[in-house]
Amino acid sequence: MTVLRDVVTAVLFLTGACFCLLGAVGLLRFRDTVSRLHAASKAQTLGLLLILVGAAVHRPLGEAPVLLLVALFQLFNAPITSQIVGRTAYRTHAVDRRRLFVDELADRLARDGTPLHEQGGLTPDKEEGGNPDDTDR
Amino acid sequence: MTHLYTVTLGVLIAAGLLTLVRLVRGPRALDRIMALDVVVTMVIAGTAVGMTMRDDSTALPVLVVLALLAFIGSVTAAHLVEKRKGMR
Repeated sequence: MTVLRDVVTAVLFLTGACFCLLGAVGLLRFRDTVSRLHAASKAQTLGLLLILVGAAVHRPLGEAPVLLLVALFQLFNAPITSQIVGRTAYRTHAVDRRRLFVDELADRLARDGTPLHEQGGLTPDKEEGGNPDDTDR
Repeated sequence: MTHLYTVTLGVLIAAGLLTLVRLVRGPRALDRIMALDVVVTMVIAGTAVGMTMRDDSTALPVLVVLALLAFIGSVTAAHLVEKRKGMR
């Protein structure tokens, strides 16, 4: 029983840590704010949840509710933060619109008569350097 | 088991350091807010792993407080960015 518990905890911890690492790599490598948002939310939800479940398996039963509470906070936190950051990014022209295939919000705003972007473009993040015209990466 | 905890903590620390690079480099305030949020998540994860490793539950309230603070902090900061359009 102890061995089984240890194995379950080991698998969950390692998987969760790997998700956190992948999220961090994505946060570092992706090019604009919303892509980074996509990478970050994986580490925030799945990575942390796996580790918390692993800890709950290994710890006494009385601590499971508190860990569940932490998991619930995080499950509220990640989508709300992502939504607000994404909305702010859209409104402050932080979305690289040349890399979008579909922009349903722009269509909707145009139909309602309140288009947000008149000129359409965005200045690519300066520190990434490179040619602003290369869109295939 | 001890080696497993060490490896897990090592991976988490590496992930946290990579996120810190994004936190420093920005380039927008939104990226920094997001990176800070992820850093706090990784601190929570590391605390949970350390709690299991040392087999004591002293740090349990710390997890709850960190989770709450991460939520309030990042939501407030993102709202402030939205209000102040100049702060990009």
